[in-house]
Amino acid sequence: MYPFRYESARDLNQLGSGVAGTEFLGGGTDLMQLMKDNVRRPDRLIDISALPSLDTIEFNGVLKIGALARMSDVGEHAAVKEQYPVISQALLASASPQVRNMARIGGNLLQRTRCVYFRDQAGACNKRVPGSGCSAIGGENRMHAVLGGSDHCVATHASDLAVALVALDAVVVTHRPQGGRRIALENFHLLPGDTPQIENVLEPGELIVAIEVPASPLARRSLYRKVRDRASFEFALASAAVALTVADGKIRAARIALGGVGTKPWRARDAEAALAGQPAEQSAFEAAAALALAGAKPLEQNGFKIQLAQRNLVRALQSAVG
Amino acid sequence: MTESEWSRRAFLQTAAAAGGGAAVAKLGGAESARAATGPSSAPVAPDKFRVGFAVNGQKRSIDIDPRVTLLDALRDHLGLPGTKKGCDMGACGACTVHVDGRRVVSCLTLAASCEGKSVTTIEGLATGDKLHPVQAAFLEHDGFQCGYCTPGQIMSAVALIHEGHADSDANIREWMSGNICRCGAYPNIVDAVKSAAGFKSAITVKGSG
Repeated sequence: MYPFRYESARDLNQLGSGVAGTEFLGGGTDLMQLMKDNVRRPDRLIDISALPSLDTIEFNGVLKIGALARMSDVGEHAAVKEQYPVISQALLASASPQVRNMARIGGNLLQRTRCVYFRDQAGACNKRVPGSGCSAIGGENRMHAVLGGSDHCVATHASDLAVALVALDAVVVTHRPQGGRRIALENFHLLPGDTPQIENVLEPGELIVAIEVPASPLARRSLYRKVRDRASFEFALASAAVALTVADGKIRAARIALGGVGTKPWRARDAEAALAGQPAEQSAFEAAAALALAGAKPLEQNGFKIQLAQRNLVRALQSAVG
Repeated sequence: MTESEWSRRAFLQTAAAAGGGAAVAKLGGAESARAATGPSSAPVAPDKFRVGFAVNGQKRSIDIDPRVTLLDALRDHLGLPGTKKGCDMGACGACTVHVDGRRVVSCLTLAASCEGKSVTTIEGLATGDKLHPVQAAFLEHDGFQCGYCTPGQIMSAVALIHEGHADSDANIREWMSGNICRCGAYPNIVDAVKSAAGFKSAITVKGSG
């Protein structure tokens, strides 16, 4: 790990604007790994974990999660479990109990990809060193994205939580010296294109302070289904966040997002539209799943993800209907 | 930990310091870190950072480089080698301790971020010569082979029981998933946790207050 200056922030309004080389430390579960691997080399680390009032979880018709709320606290929160089961399930299917006790909600959305070439300096990676190339495209790419990739990057976004949140139209609330913003999560993460090093729309020094999620009958009938290489403590090969309203055996509305297969948390709007008004049965689910993966582009080793993601989505929809 | 083990530790540490002092001084600085990993933009010289926190109920204060993790602070600066370093990347759980009553991986925790907090390690579980019920259960059920992951397993198990997750084999396995045992002692670990959970009323997570 490279040397850095450590400061503990006590006041959101004294953070100042972004300075190159300065990074914020929350739970540290991703940043510490990347610093140990010398992938991130801040010369100044501002520990924001003790900032007051940012770790609250409130539900008053809208769920408001402070950016410093812990994954464990949100995952086990009674209102989250009851009103937004997909959020609780996505969180409790993430990482390990110890990591969930440390990692914070804001940082979860900003976690970096698990692509091995991003984390290992021996390979080329356009995210780590822009313009250096992508070792994954012709290399070990079993874990990589089939949706949203470019000639420059095919790394998946690793967050389960973000998949659940994007399905439920969550909003990211930020703090900036000149005034904060509200950003729809669907527009928060960016496709890699030819600038894969730019992963979201945050400006330097801009800080996530909260996530807001509207309540809805959809959210109450939601679930998260995750397929991985081992039973627990593993990132997704394919996952699905689904939310449904059903009346008289027909789907009134559906929300669908996919994880493990996209370069960003992947909202499947075509599949949602196709399900509306359809009978809640297998053939409709399979048609929606085919649409959700219609644009998929497999690499040499990850073609299996297309069928896996489709079947996982069908199973998730079946379970949501009950 | 017995007194003879403590003595062996102390001897090894002293011997290492005497024999390897020059090499440590040469390899410890920012220059060598840069040489080992290639050029970069000018790193800031490391400064010492004073951090104070309670460890197993005792107030401690240490002067450390900000890069020092809680794990290394415990082992190398506070004479508490019971907490083990496995992967040092948050993936194995050998370094599990409790901070303000929550189980965390100390390898991904900066010691500097623990200012004012309360840390409990495996050394803080027993009361005098009386083992914590989870420690006793691991002995009783043979919940280990080589023993290296055991301090982390026990710290996780104590927290798991306190959290109320010891209600089925499946839940114990799921909520112990952050602790890897390469000897594969899992069936006996599950038995130990189940057995200890029967003593739930006697089990508390220390340092939560």
